[in-house]
Amino acid sequence: MRLKLELRPQPSRVMAWMSPLIAAAATLVAGFALFSLLGKDPLQALQVFFVKPVETRYGLGELLLKASPLMLCAIGLAAGYRANVWNIGAEGQLTLGAICGGGVALSFPGANSAWILLPMIVAGAAGGMAWASIPSWLKTRFNANEILTSLMLVYVATLFLSWLVQGPWRDPEGYNFPQSKIFPDAALLPILLSGTRLHAGFLISLAAIAIAWLFFARTLIGFRMQVAGLAPAAANYAGISAKRTVWFGMLIGGAAAGVAGVGEAAGPIGQLLPSVSPGYGFAAIIVAFVGRLHPVGIALASLLMSLLYLGGESAQISLALPSAVTGVFQGTLLFFLLAADVFINFRVALAPRNAPSSATAAGFASRA
Amino acid sequence: MENAADHVATLVALTLAAGTPLVFAALGELVTEKSGVLNLGVEGMMLVGAVVSFIVAATTRQPWLGALAGTAAGAVMAAIFGVLTLSLMANQVATGLALSLFGVGLSAFIGLGYVSVVIEGIKPLSLAGWSDFPILGKLFFGHSPFVYLSLLLCALVQGFLYRTRAGLVVRAVGESASAAHAIGYPVIAIRYGAVMFGGACAGLGGAYMAVAYTPLWTEGMTAGRGWIALALVVFATWKPPRVLAGAYLFGGVTLVQFQAQAMGVAVPSQLLAMLPYLATIVVLTLISRNVSMIRLNAPASLGQPFHPDT
Repeated sequence: MRLKLELRPQPSRVMAWMSPLIAAAATLVAGFALFSLLGKDPLQALQVFFVKPVETRYGLGELLLKASPLMLCAIGLAAGYRANVWNIGAEGQLTLGAICGGGVALSFPGANSAWILLPMIVAGAAGGMAWASIPSWLKTRFNANEILTSLMLVYVATLFLSWLVQGPWRDPEGYNFPQSKIFPDAALLPILLSGTRLHAGFLISLAAIAIAWLFFARTLIGFRMQVAGLAPAAANYAGISAKRTVWFGMLIGGAAAGVAGVGEAAGPIGQLLPSVSPGYGFAAIIVAFVGRLHPVGIALASLLMSLLYLGGESAQISLALPSAVTGVFQGTLLFFLLAADVFINFRVALAPRNAPSSATAAGFASRA
Repeated sequence: MENAADHVATLVALTLAAGTPLVFAALGELVTEKSGVLNLGVEGMMLVGAVVSFIVAATTRQPWLGALAGTAAGAVMAAIFGVLTLSLMANQVATGLALSLFGVGLSAFIGLGYVSVVIEGIKPLSLAGWSDFPILGKLFFGHSPFVYLSLLLCALVQGFLYRTRAGLVVRAVGESASAAHAIGYPVIAIRYGAVMFGGACAGLGGAYMAVAYTPLWTEGMTAGRGWIALALVVFATWKPPRVLAGAYLFGGVTLVQFQAQAMGVAVPSQLLAMLPYLATIVVLTLISRNVSMIRLNAPASLGQPFHPDT
């Protein structure tokens, strides 16, 4: 007898929700193995990685602080992914959002009313959308692959920000460091929880989750985008415009990432630096998948991903491990998720060794 | 006169050197895509190839051994992708993205202790008598051994795909996996082969960067070349000789920033550094505009998972 994969008559709903949990558990096991390999006490290391960062009030604040941009970017990306629009340039759209929102803050150094935050957020969303509109236009007008163009624009955005803070926007009193002036106090997002860095951007992310839930489940355009993703041919036949789907998918992602960028610049950073994000835009891709492209799932997955960021920092301090271990964990989590997802559509069955069944099944089993 | 010609020969040599990592990576991805598999993990495979080759070169003091190890590391990364997409039928786009993100993290993690290590890299050829020959010597005999290797690889890939029976089978699998399967070809095994060849080439491209082009390791040192290689395959309309043209075009664009700085052009370096990425977008857009040409040349089952029961 040997194992083979057999197509399920219907996709398993149970597995669809179980597989992120299985993936998280498998990542934990892989972490255990990795820490053992590195000669650390694995239980202590896992404690440092996953428990220690959230033991304090400050730590919990950090957890929500880092989850905010992840949640926001991921929910925007999910809108596109549900419609098979592959925007992977959220990192660049986030950067443009920070530039535009930060530009507003820097233009009004004497601002003394929190109303300045409104144009900052609008400018950030507009910046992200403008950046996302480039791949949309190239896709709808010239058929250029949005994966590659949106990704290329990440590099362009990062270089643009780097040029701004080293050139025209550099703080003249900043000892030649590549950084802008510090934003006026009124242009900083208010702190939600005293003694932490958690700011009002978290509320924006929560609102985005709620709006996205309504959008996906209750609006016609949300439904159309879902159809376009699940059955492009049917969508086309039903008269759903493929171009409009691309535009919506990309622009929602761009706006969300842009606002997340403002949240970083006007939140924990408080000015513009050559880099405003430790890869939130890329990690959000993983968050979107692990969260099943569903608003609630994304909210939970962003907490997990945030914990991976905090765990990496904690491991660097307490275990002298490089914080890049975070990236390894992020990738591993997505691998396990994709592997576990197989069991949504397939189940494992026992096949007799010399089954007289079709040659195709036997041929597959020998490789499975 | 001779001075100007010499300068041109130098520019040609620099362009070839800058384009070579793209030649390796794009040729590998071309074969992978010809078998019907889209692997977006090129950037990750290149970075892991680069870091592994550098570590092996630094510890054994054998840069060629390092290049070999980097090639193998690329193939191993591709094998992970193969298990997920070919055996477990995971979505190729998502898995490729995962491979890139994983490769970026993994290479940064294992390379941390080697960031400021200096190694003796693989030097360009210097054949006594030949390479010193004015202009022509520089033009033909003074390149890195990797440059010749990449040209050889291009000829081999072209010959394999279009002049051998095995190459025909690979292309058949990429055009219609179910038809190839019905005739009795082992679709999954062939795709594993093509995917791992692609990974090995990407690893070799990364290794060239780390042990020859700029013999050092820095985090994310491929700077998006894996993604540019993906665009190059489309630009080349899946034809190996055109990969060379595209790669050297990008090699030339990368050089512009250094040349401009050397000549004292007053454009900030960050803006010049955007050029290769902007050029990729422009070139990809120009070529994609011709939808029928893309459809004619793209492998028909590109990106579609294959399971005999479905």
